[in-house]
Amino acid sequence: MTDRFAPGDRVRTTGADPAHHTRIPRYARGKTGVVVEPEGSHARADDRARAILAPPEPVYAVRFAASELWGSGDHSVVLDLWESYLEPADEQEGER
Amino acid sequence: MTVDHHDDAVISRQVRRLETLLEERGVVEGATLDDAIDRFLASASPVNGARIVARAWVDDAFQQRLLTDANEAIADVGLTMAGGIQAQRLRVVANSDTVHNVIVCTLCSCYPIALLGPSPSWYKSEAYRSRVVREPRAVLAEFGLELADDVEIVVWDSSAESRYIVLPQRPPGTGDLDEEQLAALVTRNGLIGTAVV
Repeated sequence: MTDRFAPGDRVRTTGADPAHHTRIPRYARGKTGVVVEPEGSHARADDRARAILAPPEPVYAVRFAASELWGSGDHSVVLDLWESYLEPADEQEGER
Repeated sequence: MTVDHHDDAVISRQVRRLETLLEERGVVEGATLDDAIDRFLASASPVNGARIVARAWVDDAFQQRLLTDANEAIADVGLTMAGGIQAQRLRVVANSDTVHNVIVCTLCSCYPIALLGPSPSWYKSEAYRSRVVREPRAVLAEFGLELADDVEIVVWDSSAESRYIVLPQRPPGTGDLDEEQLAALVTRNGLIGTAVV
């Protein structure tokens, strides 16, 4: 499977609030970050939790500025996010 | 604080109930789960993480490989990430003069058990999980770790299939120590990032 994103790409996370299990924490929803690196492909936790058989999907480490997540702070937070949680971000929005 | 996700009594009841159901339906036999857990935990200890760090401190080539492909590199010290239910990707994040790394799992309690042993209770607490992503400098100060203002903090929230350990900086004045002596300096909190070594 070809990765949709590469290190350095700016991405925006989904703001969706699904009724089922998911692995994107609420604090990181609808936020813009930068891809650190690909982390291989894995079955999505969202699917496994519902006993849905789905092919492995790329996962990325994505770095967010604290100011983007919380409105303040000078640290960064890196999350491991499945590709379907992410969309390309416009160049001008968000941090960095 | 509201009811903690990891209230031990509640979790224990749920686990026992699940275990009973699995046994009643013939999915597993009586001691299968206990045996599997015992086997896994028998070798799980922060001593493993400390050995990785000590090797990285004395061997630059190993350190380079460790930071690039940790799963492959740790075989050098006889370790693997494949001992649990599924093989996990290991990512080692290196501290420097300008960057300090710290690890958390905000959604539950993901933790590299094979390399660090069972996680400490504070790691699973709502207080640590919710605060370290928001105000890490304050949380680290409560652990007794006061970082200079110009040190950037990076918090790694293990939200999928990767597990993380921190590669602390080698302490000054340890040039004469051998690998085994260096490993003895490395603490569990140093490997999580809530302390330096």
